[in-house]
Amino acid sequence: MTAQTLTSDQWPQIKTVGLAGILVTFSPVLSEPANRAAIAFRAAVKDQNWAEIEESNSTLVSAFFRIDLAAHRPEPIVERLQDTLASQDWLNAPLPDGRTLWRVPTLFGTDRAPQLQEAADLAGRSVDDAVHELSTTTMRALTIGFAPGQPYLGTLPDHWDIPRLSQITPRVPAGALVTAVRQFCLFPYDTPTGWRHVGQTGFLSFRPWADEPFALRAGDEMIFDPVSPTEFAKIEATVTDGLGGAQREAIT
Amino acid sequence: MSGLIVRSIGPACAIQDLGRTGLLANGLTRGGASDPTALYEGAALLRHAPDMAALEMAGLGGTFVANGDLRIALTGAEMTATIDGNPAHWNASHALTDGAVLTIGAARRGTFGYLHVGGGFDTPFYLGTRGAHLSAGLGQLVAVGDTLNALPDDGAETGLHLVPEPRLDGGKIRVVPSMQTDKFSDQTRARFEATEFRRDPRGNRQGMRMDFDGDGFHATGQLNIVSEIVVPGDIQITGDGTPFVLMHECQTTGGYPRIGTVLPADLSKVSQAPIGGTLRFEFLTFDQAASIQARANASLATLRRVVKPLLRDPATMQDLLSYQLISGAISATATDKG
Repeated sequence: MTAQTLTSDQWPQIKTVGLAGILVTFSPVLSEPANRAAIAFRAAVKDQNWAEIEESNSTLVSAFFRIDLAAHRPEPIVERLQDTLASQDWLNAPLPDGRTLWRVPTLFGTDRAPQLQEAADLAGRSVDDAVHELSTTTMRALTIGFAPGQPYLGTLPDHWDIPRLSQITPRVPAGALVTAVRQFCLFPYDTPTGWRHVGQTGFLSFRPWADEPFALRAGDEMIFDPVSPTEFAKIEATVTDGLGGAQREAIT
Repeated sequence: MSGLIVRSIGPACAIQDLGRTGLLANGLTRGGASDPTALYEGAALLRHAPDMAALEMAGLGGTFVANGDLRIALTGAEMTATIDGNPAHWNASHALTDGAVLTIGAARRGTFGYLHVGGGFDTPFYLGTRGAHLSAGLGQLVAVGDTLNALPDDGAETGLHLVPEPRLDGGKIRVVPSMQTDKFSDQTRARFEATEFRRDPRGNRQGMRMDFDGDGFHATGQLNIVSEIVVPGDIQITGDGTPFVLMHECQTTGGYPRIGTVLPADLSKVSQAPIGGTLRFEFLTFDQAASIQARANASLATLRRVVKPLLRDPATMQDLLSYQLISGAISATATDKG
């Protein structure tokens, strides 16, 4: 009945997703090489402009190609995907060109990000050491999803493998920097969350009114530079473009 | 410019179309009408393109005053409708003359009703299309006092009718195996197919919870699944073993395993199922699903062929009021004058 697996049990695996498309998964668990492979492979296939592919996306460990499978048989497309897979070692592939590094002014802790102390305790670090680690690790947008423009960012050192809250926080504001399981999320809207709120930014990853509504692409990088409450108040009072004083530079 | 002025409106009415594509990598799902088939039906009745924007009305419609002459069509969930107090057929097109009052009441069958105007509604674009994507903050619910303008209408014909594809009462829902179907045992899948589900009141444009009696449905190693792509129609199983059918405005990724994906041709049946309505899932093979869906797509593309003039049979002519409405192109006032 389940003819949806199109390759053997080896990795990467190729599967159909309903009649909506084809998924190439590089690993059963999240790892840096698998995430990099997903981003790089999706970019490589996208560059080939296959007529059947209506759009594509990369998730944490997979590349997804949206294809109308009621109109196109999967087998020939799978064959071409396999050829592209065989063309290089994707787990050692570089990330694609054209990525951006964002440096985002961030107010860590205070009453604006009240779960920093708790998160630091769980990570076994003092608040000062925690802020140092959280603000100096260059974080990659592993994938964009769940909400529009919302990045999942990785990856913090091992001791930040802290669990989600058992009780969801009913609301954190837009621009909230939250952490769990060695990752950050940066929310474009006010939202409930089970991740701990450790920093506040004025950076909105989705600005529907802007010429460029989506600030981030999978593979972009972010550094969260600590600022004082006074500096943060000044940014909030003066910056109106929804980017919270963030600076961007091209990654070369 | 012709349009409709909103005098009263139900709590969940918004402009919808076939949704916006190309933004999956930005975390935005397609969205669009909960019952896309209804958009094709409205387009066939008004002889315009299926990507025209229409008003989606969840459960309850509203009262609208025609500003200028308009053609309208009514599709999807069957709602009580009147034009200047006279009953108006559902699944049909009608003429509204300037000042006419269209009243659309509560759904009698199904959940999402649609009001179309000839040429489609000319409301603002948000990221490329007019459809509201409320969970993403794009567009808004229609409110009292709004004017919903229509684009120029090339057509003139009204008084047309079609017999819709049955989809308002739940029933059998066909399912395509998907990427995580094999994470559920054969026994679990068999029990899933044998279980009668009821549409739970907890449902919206993002997802519909399925209520049932008995044990939950669990994947093997459920807790270890990495978050993965979500597509509309996916049936995700939450931690307590409850299925949710993810609808057009779902998120783009999710960590709950998917037991299968509702055949796109049957997703409108899930949208339209009344609260408490029963649903039963049936797995197809991939090949069966692809060929059934291809046929469904072809019949949507040729819907115009099944559109017929409303019949003037003696049974309906006995009631003069509805005869005048059924004939459509002639309003009651015009007939009086003529």
